[in-house]
Amino acid sequence: MGPVSPVMVRPGAWLRLRRELFASRLDGLISIALIAALVTVGLGLAKWVLFQAQWTVISANSTLFAVGRYPLEQQWRLWLLTTLLALATGLSCGLLRAFPRSGAPARSWPRNDRWAAAILVVLALWRPMALQLALPIQLRWWAITGLLLLARWAAGRWGAAIPASARRWIPLLWPLLYLVGMVLISGGLGLVRVAPSEWGGLLLTLLMASFAILLCFPLGLLLALGRRSSLPLLRWGSVLYIEFVRGAPLITLLFLGQNILGFLLPGGLAPDRVWRAAWVLTFFAAAYVAEAVRSGLAAIPPGQLEAARSLGLPMPQALIHVVLPQALRVALPATVGQFISLLQDTTLLSLIGLLDLLGTARTVMANPAFLGRNAEVYLVLAVLFWCCCAALGLGSRALETRLNPHSLSPSQP
Amino acid sequence: MPWLLQAAVGLVVLVLVAFLLGNLVRNLTNAGLLLTWSWLRNPAGFEIAETAIPFDAAMPYWRALLAGLANTLKVVLAGLVGATVLGTAVGTASFSSNGLLRRLARVYVELIRNIPLLLQLVFWYFVVFLALPNGAAALQLPGVVLAKAGLYLSWFDGAWQWQGPQLVNGVWMAPLRITVEFAALLTGLVIYTGAFIAEVVRGGVASVPQGQWEAANSLGFSPLQTLSRIVLPQALRVIVPGLNSQYISLAKSSSLAVACGYTDLYSVAETTLNQTGRAVEVVVILLGSYLVIDLVISGLMNGLNGLVQLRER
Repeated sequence: MGPVSPVMVRPGAWLRLRRELFASRLDGLISIALIAALVTVGLGLAKWVLFQAQWTVISANSTLFAVGRYPLEQQWRLWLLTTLLALATGLSCGLLRAFPRSGAPARSWPRNDRWAAAILVVLALWRPMALQLALPIQLRWWAITGLLLLARWAAGRWGAAIPASARRWIPLLWPLLYLVGMVLISGGLGLVRVAPSEWGGLLLTLLMASFAILLCFPLGLLLALGRRSSLPLLRWGSVLYIEFVRGAPLITLLFLGQNILGFLLPGGLAPDRVWRAAWVLTFFAAAYVAEAVRSGLAAIPPGQLEAARSLGLPMPQALIHVVLPQALRVALPATVGQFISLLQDTTLLSLIGLLDLLGTARTVMANPAFLGRNAEVYLVLAVLFWCCCAALGLGSRALETRLNPHSLSPSQP
Repeated sequence: MPWLLQAAVGLVVLVLVAFLLGNLVRNLTNAGLLLTWSWLRNPAGFEIAETAIPFDAAMPYWRALLAGLANTLKVVLAGLVGATVLGTAVGTASFSSNGLLRRLARVYVELIRNIPLLLQLVFWYFVVFLALPNGAAALQLPGVVLAKAGLYLSWFDGAWQWQGPQLVNGVWMAPLRITVEFAALLTGLVIYTGAFIAEVVRGGVASVPQGQWEAANSLGFSPLQTLSRIVLPQALRVIVPGLNSQYISLAKSSSLAVACGYTDLYSVAETTLNQTGRAVEVVVILLGSYLVIDLVISGLMNGLNGLVQLRER
C-alpha cells in the first residue's frame, strides 16, 4: 500500500514476526488472544476429526454421494466420461503451457503446475485412507490420475509439433465432450436410457451447474446488449426481465417453475422436474450475468463503437470484433463470480425435493443407521464446495492474467 | 432496419406471452382454479410455531401470510443490523496493524464466501443449535443461557427489574427467549452476509488515498479517530451502493429459512399452496412481497447514498 522504499532490506523472520504481531502493547494482547483461540479451536477440531467423528457415514454412502441412484450396471458410462474429462484436462493444460500467449518463454513445467501435479498425486493416494473406498474403485482413480498426468506431459512435450491449422480446432474438444457426456449420462444412441430422476449427488450438482453456466452466458449477453440497445422495446423488455428476476429470491422462482410451468405449457409439454429446475437456474443466472456483462460494456468508451461503425463495419460485426472482446475481458471477474454463486445455488434444489449433493445428504441422514452424523456429512460437503468454488476463482484469476498480461505490470507499455 | 428488428422482436414476445397466458387460462379453467382471492378469507387450519403478530389456526389465510411476512421482516431487520456490525468490524480488521488479525479477516471472508449459504444454515441449525444441551447442562454465559429449548437473554421483567435467566424445575425462564430456529437462521445470515459486507467495506476503505491516513496521523489523530472521522466518511461514498445490493441479497436469502425450521413468508406460502392448490395467486403474493421489500431497502439506501455523496457547490 505505502510508498515502496528504493532499498528493500529483507528483515529476519524474528523481526518480521515481532513487527507483524507485537508492534504495540495492544497488538500483542490481540495476538496472544487470537493465538490462544486458534490453538483451542484447532486442537478441538483435530480431536473431533481424528477420534470422535464416525466417517463410516461417508464411506458407506460414497456411491450415493457421487452419483445418486444411477443404475449400478450403467455406471461404467460415468467412469468412461471421467476418463475422457481427465484426458481433455491434461491435454488442455499441457497445450496451454506449450503455447503461452503473453510472450513469456514456454516452460513446460512451471512451479504451479508442479504443485498441481503433486496435489493430484497426493489426493489420489490419500483418498482410500480417507474414504475407505473399495480397492477396484481406488485402482480406477489411480489409473485416471495417471492418464491425466500422462496426457499433460505428452501435450507439453509434443504439443509444439501440432501444425497451427489443426491447433485452432482443439478448443472445440470441450463442447464436443459436453455433448458426448450428455449422451453418456442420459442414454440414447443405442445406450440404455437413464431418467433424470435417477441422477443424483455430485453428478446432478455438477450437471445442473454446468448446464446453467453454459446456457446462461449467451442469454445474459443478449440481455445486456438489449439493455444497452437504443431500441426502446428491446431496452425496456430487457430491463423488465432483469429487474424482475433480480428482485425475486431463487427459491420462489424454483417454486414457480415447479408449480406454474405445468400450467403455462400445453399439457404434456412441460419438462420433468429436474429439467424444469435446470431451466429456472439458467434463466435466473442469465439476469445476473447480464448485469455483469453490462458493467463490462459500460467500461468501453463509446468511441470504440463509433470508430468501428465509421470504418464501415456493420453493427453485429462491430459488436463481435471490437466491443465485446474488450467488454467481456472487463466483465470476466464479475461473470465468474456469478458462476460461483450459481454453483452454490444448486444446493437449493434440495429444497424442492431433488437429490443434489445436499438433498442426498438429507436422505442419508434420515436413515436411522446414520442418525446424528450431521457434522461429518456437512463438513465433507463444505470442503467439497469450497474446493470447487475456490478452484473456479483461481481459474478466473489465471485467465484474467492470461487475457491481459500487461495489466498487472504497468512498467511494460 | 432497426425498427423492423424491433417490430419482429416485439411480435415474437407478444405471441409468446399470448401463447403462455392462453395456456394458463385454459389449464386453470380445466383444473377449476381460475384466479380468485376469496380463498384468502378461509381459515388456515395450520399453526405457526413462532409469530411476531398474534396468530392461531382458526385465522384466515391472509392472516397466516401476514404472520409469515412479519417473521421474514423480523429476521431481515435483525440480520441487517448484525451483518453490518460484523462486516464493518471484519472489513476494518483487514487494515489492522496486527498481521494475524489481518490474515484471519481474509481467511474468514474466503472461507465463508465459497460455501453455499444453505449448507451453512443447516450446519448452524442441526450441528450447532440442536446439539445444545437442555436444563442444568445448558451453556451458561453471563446474562445469556444457550439451550436446545432456546436462547434465554437478560432483559427488564414486568416490574422493570433487570432479570437474568433462571432455572425453575429444570426449565429455563427468562424475560427474553429466542427460538433456536430463529437463532440458527440469524447466525447463518449474519455470518454469510457479513463476509460480503466485509469485502464492500474493505474496498471502500482501500479507495481512500493513503495520504489521508498519513495526513490525519501527522495532525495527531489516533488510529481510531482517523478511521471514524477522516477515512470512513469518505469511504462511505463507495460503501453505500455496495451495501445496498448486499442488503437486498440478505432479504432474499432469508427465504431459505425453511431449511432451519423457521416459518417465514416462503414457508407459509408453501403450506398454503399445498392446502389450497392456488399456485398462481400464492406465487404472485410471494414475488410481490419480496419485490416490495427490495424496493423499500433500495429506496432507503438511495436516500442514504444522497446524504453521504460529496455535495458540490
